[in-house]
Amino acid sequence: MTHFNLGRIPAALAAAALAAGMAGQAGAQQALRIGALATLEGPFAVPGQDGMRGIELAVKEHGGAIAGRKIELVKASSNGNPDTAVAAARKLVEQDKVELFIGPLSGSEGIAVKNYAKSQPQVTFVNGSSAAQETTVSDPAPNFFRFSTDGAQWQYGLGDYAFKEKGYKRVVSVAEDYSFPYSLLQGFMVEFCRAGGKVVDKHWVPLGTKDYSSVIARLPDDIDAIYVALGGSDAVNFFSQYEQAGGDKPLIAGSITIDQSVLGYKGKRRDALVGTPSAGPIADDYDDPAWKAFVDAYRKEFKDGLPSPSLFAHAYYVNAKALLDGLAAVGGDLSDNQAKLRRQLATMTVKTPTGDVRLDENRNAVANIFLTEVARAGDGSFYNKFVKVVPDVDQYLGMSREEFTKMGVGSRTNPECR
Amino acid sequence: MSAARWRRAMSGQVISAQAPSAAAAAAPARDSAWAWRLLALAALLLYPAVASPFFIFQVGGQALVLGIVALSLAWLGGYGGMVTLSQMTVAGVAGYALAIFGGNASAAHSLGWPWWLAIAMALSLAVLAAVAIGALAVRTEGIYTIMITLAIGVAFFYLVQQNQTVFNGFQGLSRILPPPLFGVDWRAPVPFYYLALACALAAYCAVAYLARSPFGMALQGIRENPRRMRALGFNVNAHRIAAHALAGLMAGAGGVLLAWYNSQISPGSVGTTALINILIVAVIGGMRHPAGPFLGALLFVLLQNFAIDLVDRERFNLVIGGVFLFILAVSPDGLLGVWRRLARTAHPAARRSSS
Repeated sequence: MTHFNLGRIPAALAAAALAAGMAGQAGAQQALRIGALATLEGPFAVPGQDGMRGIELAVKEHGGAIAGRKIELVKASSNGNPDTAVAAARKLVEQDKVELFIGPLSGSEGIAVKNYAKSQPQVTFVNGSSAAQETTVSDPAPNFFRFSTDGAQWQYGLGDYAFKEKGYKRVVSVAEDYSFPYSLLQGFMVEFCRAGGKVVDKHWVPLGTKDYSSVIARLPDDIDAIYVALGGSDAVNFFSQYEQAGGDKPLIAGSITIDQSVLGYKGKRRDALVGTPSAGPIADDYDDPAWKAFVDAYRKEFKDGLPSPSLFAHAYYVNAKALLDGLAAVGGDLSDNQAKLRRQLATMTVKTPTGDVRLDENRNAVANIFLTEVARAGDGSFYNKFVKVVPDVDQYLGMSREEFTKMGVGSRTNPECR
Repeated sequence: MSAARWRRAMSGQVISAQAPSAAAAAAPARDSAWAWRLLALAALLLYPAVASPFFIFQVGGQALVLGIVALSLAWLGGYGGMVTLSQMTVAGVAGYALAIFGGNASAAHSLGWPWWLAIAMALSLAVLAAVAIGALAVRTEGIYTIMITLAIGVAFFYLVQQNQTVFNGFQGLSRILPPPLFGVDWRAPVPFYYLALACALAAYCAVAYLARSPFGMALQGIRENPRRMRALGFNVNAHRIAAHALAGLMAGAGGVLLAWYNSQISPGSVGTTALINILIVAVIGGMRHPAGPFLGALLFVLLQNFAIDLVDRERFNLVIGGVFLFILAVSPDGLLGVWRRLARTAHPAARRSSS
């Protein structure tokens, strides 16, 4: 009798699998389904949550509906790994049947999702906050749009500023050994080298390095500043060890090096950070009505949010806003493989809290970049003071397309000017 | 004592342990086990006809591939009594070897060998790595085996993350694609599913067969009491290392499929989380039967994909952890244990028929 029962179980399993498969096919809803992918787990969980806040803010500004269709956000999570990002994207597109897609958060995820986008031409993808150059520079997908800027763009203008205003001529770099810091350093060096500066040595350290003594020992004396592109605890470790070793050179910082998580650390060396120049897609105290309105809306909407929107919330907001504005402009028309929407996205100018954004021929943003300097606020805390806007930075960093292609994207050895 | 005699002794023990009524019930029970297997096979073969591409590729294909790697661990753990954490590392060795000897997006990191040579190289290196790991690990028992294999796995993770010239560091290697053999895109959902299914069946049959072979019997004897087996004249270490080699071949095949499935491999693919995921898959499925890891992989993949739909999006990992805890609390030998328990309460005499 038992075996009779046992024999039935596979049939039941097959039926269940069939039902599950059918469920996947079911239902074209009236609501407009938009997939939202960010890192809600792993080391980037906090930035990922903030990115989601950016999307929610943009949806709320449109009253939660486009052309009479209610917007239904379908969220998915990755952990910063390209595998999980593509798996989550595949679930949103193939299982949850989203018509539009926003994400992902980190650079290598962006490259993987862009490649996946090519196999799903019926869905329009806009970026989250991923900032790898390759995503749009090499082999771009026709249905992937990025209204935020890449890592090299973030540092554009910093090289000129460091050379001319700060008078740094010879620099050594200390940066983490993966593509994002390569891009940051390229963005800095393009102008710095052109102006006549020299980057005499580059130190690439693995992510999560605790001991910088060997790097610090090899820093030469005849340099004017150190370019540092380290994130989070890596930056704090480097600063305190450099201080203990008696180092006194000024710093130039990559966009991740001087964010609030680093500026909050305690130590004598922290005072030496005052005046450290950096550049990035936002400046906390930018005195522009649009930016202030954005910060106010963010604080009002998210009581549990960060004190001020992070660059992740900003990037997700800008991308989501561009997508929704574009869709509203074509009256919600998604017919003909979303051709009208894509034409609109490719040609429109988006009004963002950080100025106007438009796309280049690779569908990558041409946008404003902000030069900042670390400053001390009245209450003793540190923040990034707005210095100036570098207008309309494109992905080719002020070069022609041919010149940039010849140079290639940033890598350990590209560019060089010893 | 020779292996054949040992086997006779083992099977004699099994038969004598059964009550006379149970022996009478054994024949129809065996028939039902075969009927059950054929039905499962038919369901697996027909699955693509009824499922959506998402369910074929991301659920079916991924569960089969993860199941193969987890089966290699179940073979070592369930039959050999050696729980290792390095099976994903061995799979990673094969994946990296496939990318480096075959082709990937970065010309500086690929040798561009023909696909069959690259696959052969990947599998051989996986077996070699497994033998090397095995040779180190068999000197230890229990928790020390876990520790040493974890150490090896983490060392490999840091090696591939920090080495630029061969492994391309943090970025890893991308665009690892299966060869367009017979004009078929083997990464399309249906072909990939059948490719993975064929490999999974081969691995399943190999384990099921070997478990009853003299070698498998000796291995299970070593699991139960290595000192006694040594006293009987068996070379315990050689048996264990041979088991590692076979597990390496399975994990290597899984690694090749996994690299094709993701079309890339990076340090994250062989990180601590990935190592432990394989252990979770094997444990929740059950390690004492070759079907266990596949059941575990199916549940694992379903949870990873759909837990996020069940609860608050920021808390879905709680569901995954909760389900795993629940299964292990109810049944220490995983999903298959639940199954056996149900069968036993329904008909106590048939309890030995399914193994």
